[in-house]
Amino acid sequence: MPDQFEDLREAEELSEDEERLLDELGITGESRRRFLGQVGVAGFSIFAMQVIAQRQALAAGGTYSEAAADPISLENAVKVVFKVNGEKKTVEVDSRMTLLDTLREKLDLTGSKKGCDHGQCGACTVIADGQRVLSCLTLAATCEGKEVTTIEGLAKGEELHPMQSAFIKYDAFQCGYCTPGQICSAVALIDEAARGDASYVTAVEGGSNTKLSDDDIRERMSGNICRCGAYPNILKAVKEVHKGEETAATWKFHRPDEKAGADKEVADETV
Amino acid sequence: MRPFKFNSASNVRDAVNAVSKNDSAKFIAGGTNLVDLMKEDVERPTELVDVSRIDLRQIRSEGDSIIIGAMAKNTETANHPLVKMNLPLLSQAIFAGASPQIRNMATNGGNLMQRTRCVYFYDTSMPCNKREKGSGCAAKEGLNRMHAIFGWSDECVAVHPSDMCVALAALDAVVRVEGPDGKEGKAREIGFADFHRLPADDPTRDNTLKHGELITAISIPKNRFARNSYYLKVRDRASYAFALVSVAAAAELDGKKINAVRIALGGVAHKPWRASKAESFLKGNEAVAENFEKAAALELEGAKPLGHNEYKVELAKRAIVRALQKAVR
Amino acid sequence: MRYIGKEMSRVDGVAKVTGKARYASEYKVNNPAYGYIVQSEIAKGTIKSIDVSKAEKLPGVLKILTHRNSLKVEEQSRQFRALQNDKIVFCGQPIALVIADTFEQARYAANLVSVEYDREQSATDFDNLGRTQTRSSPARGKPAEEFEAAPVKIEAEYSIPIEHHNPMEPHAATAFWEGDKLTIFDKSQGVYGVRGHLARSFGIAAENVNVISLFVGGAFGASLNVNYYPFITALAAKEVGRPVKVNYTRRQMFTGHGYRPYTAQKVSIGAGSDGKLRSIIHEAATNTSSYEDFTEGTTRFGRTLYQCPNYDSPYYLLKSDLPTPTWMRAPGAVSGAFAIESAIDELAYKLDIDPVELRLINYAEKDPDSGKPFSSKELKTCFTRGAKKFGWERRKMEPRSMRDGNWLVGWGTATGTWGAFQAPAGVNIRLNNDGTVLVGSGTTDIGPGTYTVITIIAAEVLGIAPEKITFKLGDTDLPRAPSQGGSLTTASVGSAVYGAAGEVRKKLLSFVDKKDGSPLFGAKFEETELADGNLRLKNDPSKGIRIVDVLKEAQMAYVEVDYQSSPSPERQNYTTMAHGAQFVEVKVEERLGIVKVTKVVEATACGRIINPLTSHSQEMGGVVWGIGMALHEATEIDHRYGKMMTTNLADYHVPVNADVHFIETEFVEEKDEIVNELGIKGMGELCLVGIPAAIANAVFHATGKRVRDLPITPDKLL
Repeated sequence: MPDQFEDLREAEELSEDEERLLDELGITGESRRRFLGQVGVAGFSIFAMQVIAQRQALAAGGTYSEAAADPISLENAVKVVFKVNGEKKTVEVDSRMTLLDTLREKLDLTGSKKGCDHGQCGACTVIADGQRVLSCLTLAATCEGKEVTTIEGLAKGEELHPMQSAFIKYDAFQCGYCTPGQICSAVALIDEAARGDASYVTAVEGGSNTKLSDDDIRERMSGNICRCGAYPNILKAVKEVHKGEETAATWKFHRPDEKAGADKEVADETV
Repeated sequence: MRPFKFNSASNVRDAVNAVSKNDSAKFIAGGTNLVDLMKEDVERPTELVDVSRIDLRQIRSEGDSIIIGAMAKNTETANHPLVKMNLPLLSQAIFAGASPQIRNMATNGGNLMQRTRCVYFYDTSMPCNKREKGSGCAAKEGLNRMHAIFGWSDECVAVHPSDMCVALAALDAVVRVEGPDGKEGKAREIGFADFHRLPADDPTRDNTLKHGELITAISIPKNRFARNSYYLKVRDRASYAFALVSVAAAAELDGKKINAVRIALGGVAHKPWRASKAESFLKGNEAVAENFEKAAALELEGAKPLGHNEYKVELAKRAIVRALQKAVR
Repeated sequence: MRYIGKEMSRVDGVAKVTGKARYASEYKVNNPAYGYIVQSEIAKGTIKSIDVSKAEKLPGVLKILTHRNSLKVEEQSRQFRALQNDKIVFCGQPIALVIADTFEQARYAANLVSVEYDREQSATDFDNLGRTQTRSSPARGKPAEEFEAAPVKIEAEYSIPIEHHNPMEPHAATAFWEGDKLTIFDKSQGVYGVRGHLARSFGIAAENVNVISLFVGGAFGASLNVNYYPFITALAAKEVGRPVKVNYTRRQMFTGHGYRPYTAQKVSIGAGSDGKLRSIIHEAATNTSSYEDFTEGTTRFGRTLYQCPNYDSPYYLLKSDLPTPTWMRAPGAVSGAFAIESAIDELAYKLDIDPVELRLINYAEKDPDSGKPFSSKELKTCFTRGAKKFGWERRKMEPRSMRDGNWLVGWGTATGTWGAFQAPAGVNIRLNNDGTVLVGSGTTDIGPGTYTVITIIAAEVLGIAPEKITFKLGDTDLPRAPSQGGSLTTASVGSAVYGAAGEVRKKLLSFVDKKDGSPLFGAKFEETELADGNLRLKNDPSKGIRIVDVLKEAQMAYVEVDYQSSPSPERQNYTTMAHGAQFVEVKVEERLGIVKVTKVVEATACGRIINPLTSHSQEMGGVVWGIGMALHEATEIDHRYGKMMTTNLADYHVPVNADVHFIETEFVEEKDEIVNELGIKGMGELCLVGIPAAIANAVFHATGKRVRDLPITPDKLL
């Protein structure tokens, strides 16, 4: 092994506990060395909180890197005038550019996510002319005159949309990447139910199209994949906004010092 | 995705003329399949003509038929009172397909134009006669769990992915198209059975449309199946997945007796598969499980499974029975 | 406990529901260029020629990197590195990176790169690959003899296909250089790993590389290793002198970061007619690449599960012409548990003993492998509580004995287990005299809620309300901390915060303990605590000073502490693990083979729960993963071409909302003072471990069909 990788060699000298950890994980050989490179036993860097604070402020909308912009050549440029979150936007796009990439790369509206780019996951869902659609399969060139609402357009200033609040309340997400699409989809779903639109569930089994059953909400939210698996909490959030029904917590504690059968319900204790 | 010129057409004539002029031009409506395939470099049009703004969205009753406009979205079609009341099988089939977002984008005409989801068709590094004539069919001896058990050829074993079309096949729909040869406003009519093709020796052609022809409407004869119809879809997960096998079943009953019956299968052939053998066995017979089973067995006699889809034969039989049971309950 | 154990909404919730949380390719950089990866179409061979002339000539194309013009790095491991030579070792290997002004043009140009190969025959068909034995734990007792001698025997083989993590956010990086300083936003579970990798690659000091990963759109192990793209993204940025963004497409995700390996297992169990286990031989083989050995603990966790005197767990590798596998949520454990916990269920039926009872008959009070005591193990309580909650006593043993119309009903159970790990972690705390606190640690939050739980822990140990605390992570400018993997983040970083809070208290006390008239005059460190915003005496809370006043009187703007925690040596006298009893109800359409998982109850013992709201969400996630693994997920390979074919989210099925029904959790809390001061064990993997086996067992109970090859798709139940 070349000398410049001394730190990796050092890392081979393990504490018994670390040795054990890797054993338990069954990690051997090359992957063992790499895992060590990550777990890291080396000293840590000087901490500069101001720098971090500044950087994170930038992350919220500032621009990094000041390289001069050259004019960018567009193939088959198309000029499109449309409304995004109530604001008129005029963009010139490559005819191949999707609505999703236009939002993310041209308008800095990165809330709409690219999960698959092929209409298989729903992360890019936006509301166009009142309907939930997939912005990854929509060519920007087809959007002339349309009104598009993205996740950034749902809150009124600081006041969250009820669906956004419900998602937080029921912890209806983990990593957050599918969340904007889920919320746009759910907001449109509420309107669809208000109109009495049907679904496969109601079309084959009957049931109300305006007061949706749990199974029906699940079906109607099935165009939005959540790999973290927050589905039951998504259902709770949609249900609350749709029907005003609160769902009780589906967890509780059993503490060893409590007598069997006498668990304390602590679901209502919040910070 | 290759560069292409983008134009928008405001009427059928302009659209047809624009596409007819250029052999590698295509219509785009909802774009849910075309844009996907263009990103995969499977579809390579040099020009797109946006037809989604043409006023072909009407859904109406016309004599003995219900007409659904080619540019009406799948969602508005499935929710339209005329369709819900008279053609519940069609509503169910539409709702069984894709996701709400996709159904909001996809048009009725576009649904008929969907291309197969065969993994080899989608992969430009693989042989595929549908994508590149003469390159071979990688699926025939490859991964073909999702593929055809009816009507395939050595050239292609792919299946048609639509749910909506399975119902349209069962309901004897007629496709109205306008092309460069026809007179303005005068549609050519194609019976649904003749619209999609079996692969035979040219799988590049999914249907019998000529270049430049645009679907303007689909006409569905009024029927008496509304009370007894059911669209059953068996898939690998509960929603948002293509069918392993699907069944559109509809019956007109006189007490226990079956006066008329329609059965079509999805996920089993290069086109929606009309189960005519099962239909003719059932007509005039009693609507009981035993007969459903006989009919299903009769239909599947002609099935020719591939290496990985033997299960579809049994599954299709059972799905036919279950769909009929649900339809007549 | 004031804050720990109470429900708290995520501190990053608003950012996530408003679309303001920025992920790796969403940072606003000036004038970015876009990189698009070109991949090999063959699985094995050599690049004979690569022609980029057509692509290069397109307007807007800035540069095309291939092995011919790419920076070559000194090999430090056998890990795959992109664009280093002309050898092709797997199908989908990156062979060029096109950099262009627009994403659209980069993607198009990538299609115009043409390559000629010398193709060699690839081998990916697992049934026909040679086995090599790899490091395995030594056998205990005499497993082979005792198996032969046992009156009741089970022998069964199980298989699991290759599976992919498929986090919703595809891997991506945005990189730019300022002189010889590199900044890279990466989707990573460990920013320090990426920093070291890039510093070595470019031969620059680690301090010159800043890796930032504030939000990660799921990873599940796919971003533990440094994957090939950060290097080529940084290289591209250097070459074109502009920020460059590179995103994997969904298809590229299947070859770009590893996967759960194909796993073939054989389990032989010998038991007495009383149900007592006499011998278990658990054999596993997993595939790896041709260039690197990847192993996981497939046969490890089984060894501590049951009181069984004789045990062997040989482990083999199958070398294939595929990319190297990697850790995927509950690596090894969930694959092993599928086999072991299915086999235990098969044994239960052979013995006609209730599956819960059989597990309790063989309950391990001590670690049967090492003989050490468990630091805590409430698995028995999990089984009794879980069974009660689930209604297990109403279960009829006989398969096909329960139904609901056309649906056969089945109930199954399995044990979940995972190590309670801890790794060294650094943290920095700055407590300001306005009562606000900044806490920083260079770990990451890929979704479980680390931002929130570390905030809660800091609030608890500093005695300051969570609203006043800001926790920063995901940045190499923060103290070094472990990657988020192995379910060890909360235990590791939480312990560091606990230790740092002690140092903060020490400093604060030093300002007031020598002051006449101070209520804490002469107070000893051990006698004090931080609570309710005060530094006070533990046994007389009335004697205290507001923390902000301590600082103001000392004329300090803030106190700051750097702290590094290490796992306590006492852990080594114990086996530290988390456990759970997992119960599942399925309904199976009796004619069509459709399976619905209608109810899941998990009773989980994983030390102290910090935030039940987010822990329950993790639990749910684990169940959903279990449903996917049991019923849906498979990456299919066409062995003729050595190519993965189901490389998209339409052909690779993960569960959708309609696949998931009722999921309930009971946290059986353990007071474990051995694992760490706060008694924290991880649970992100634990919650998944038993689910696939429990589902397969429930399907057997419903249908009488034992499916040993995942996934259990409808065709297998006809």
